[in-house]
Amino acid sequence: FALALPLHATPVDDQLVIEGENGPVEIVTEAPAPVHLKGVLETIYSGWRFRNAETRALERDDFDNPGMVFVDRGRDKWNAAIGAKGESCASCHGGPESLKGLRAVTPRVDEKTGALMTLENYIDTCLTQRMGLESWNWTSTDMSDMLALISMQSRGMAVNVAIDGPAAPYWEQGKEIYYTRYGQLEMACANCHEQYFGHMIRADHLSQGQTNGFPVYRLKDAGLLSAQKRFVGCVRDTRAETFKPNSPEFKALELYVASRGNGLSVEGVSVRH
Amino acid sequence: MTRRRALAVAVALAAAAPALSETMPEAVQYEKGAVAASLTGTPGNPEAGVKVMTTNALGNCVACHLVSALPDVPFPGDIGPALDGAASRYSEAQLRGIIANSKHTFEGSFMPAFYKTEGYIRPGDAYSGKAATEPLPPILTAAQIEDVLAFVLTLKD
Ligand code: HEC
Ligand code: HEC
Ligand code: HEC
Repeated sequence: FALALPLHATPVDDQLVIEGENGPVEIVTEAPAPVHLKGVLETIYSGWRFRNAETRALERDDFDNPGMVFVDRGRDKWNAAIGAKGESCASCHGGPESLKGLRAVTPRVDEKTGALMTLENYIDTCLTQRMGLESWNWTSTDMSDMLALISMQSRGMAVNVAIDGPAAPYWEQGKEIYYTRYGQLEMACANCHEQYFGHMIRADHLSQGQTNGFPVYRLKDAGLLSAQKRFVGCVRDTRAETFKPNSPEFKALELYVASRGNGLSVEGVSVRH
Repeated sequence: MTRRRALAVAVALAAAAPALSETMPEAVQYEKGAVAASLTGTPGNPEAGVKVMTTNALGNCVACHLVSALPDVPFPGDIGPALDGAASRYSEAQLRGIIANSKHTFEGSFMPAFYKTEGYIRPGDAYSGKAATEPLPPILTAAQIEDVLAFVLTLKD
């Protein structure tokens, strides 16, 4: 007997050019897979290519993108004199555009400290060590607003995280986690996002689980989601004990998953359902 | 505790306690993936089976399988093959084995093992994200496996 071809076995054929404040930005949503995925995937796709037409449309114009509100809030926070001595992010860094490119290369091992740093870790270091403030909760609106603002500065740039040198052990750890079948449903990231991407799991069209779109405005939650918050949801759905945001495990996993998207564009703030 | 609540608890406990003739998950005998003996000793109820197959927190078979005999199910998945005609392709014993723990039939299958209690990595307490201690209750009870089987056995070409 022959199996019927699945209805949505492939991503939709579409192109993303975002109309933003400073004119159109072309977004690469399909690229040859990075060399480390040789024999595993030939082509990588943004999650945008797996969403329906209405959801895709919301990301074409910043005017329609509900995530832009958070970027504006992040800008207000950036300029606010919140530090113990009245400093703002702006007083040391100037405009947020000074952080252009950072989103595309994080997580990364910091040259000076040798620590694996996500964007959140960098923000947290400035808050606690340079501004005399308490940490923001990792999944707070303060944090996601700031992620949105910083991520926007790299919109259209190719994801390009390093996987060699000092990053290698973290990358290996993340890869191991990606292929581990967790929980009572015994499912790995790879089962859903590598083996069966393009298929329907009930009403959900499975993407490759790329992180180039993060932070994501999720229509279901009416809020912004960081990559690690998404990971929590995906692991929980396997009836497993999740890891916590900012745990060594999720940091390593974020690096590894980001590396699977090397070559896709940073979307700034994306829209998913 | 009110009398009514005490009664409800007693009923719930009775439902959770395995029937005498029930085969526990660790005692199931797989032969090339197939399980010849009924897990309960009584035939399953196909209508109850449909409920299990279409309920998210239970079997949720339709998350991955199309079943044309259930046209009212919205958005069936297409990860596994359609179950149409499954009973013409497999014997009853083979189907019981596939539903209880498909990994004995399809090595490394993505299909979850529904009648299994331990050997998990970071098992969670259902969908809470919190840790759970093994042995866990199996995802489906013996009776639910037999109910699902009873329905799948009706799917002939
Ligand atoms: C008192 C000065 C000061 C303040 C205030 C400050 N920063 Fe920083 N920030 C620094 C310094 C110094 C570095 C390290 C630069 C380096 O290592 O090259 C840094 C690094 C960073 C980096 C990493 C940049 C990179 O390219 O590696 C980020 C992101 C960042 N800061 C965000 C923020 C945010 C967001 C705020 C406000 C909430 C803030 N900073 C407030 C001084 C400050
Ligand atoms: C049981 C299936 C399943 C497993 C296992 C799973 N996911 Fe997902 N994941 C989904 C579904 C469904 C979505 C939402 C639709 C989509 O984008 O694929 C999703 C979305 C995502 C997204 C968002 C993509 C975007 O563009 O918005 C990321 C990132 C992701 N998953 C990463 C992971 C990682 C990392 C793991 C392992 C820790 C994992 N997933 C495990 C089902 C799964
Ligand atoms: C998360 C996905 C998933 C779920 C949920 C699932 N299955 Fe499956 N099932 C599969 C896959 C994939 C296969 C194909 C075997 C393989 O390649 O591993 C399969 C194969 C089968 C087969 C053999 C079909 C054939 O023609 O070869 C039967 C019968 C079956 N499943 C029944 C069920 C029943 C009944 C349930 C619910 C109690 C269920 N499945 C739940 C994924 C799933």
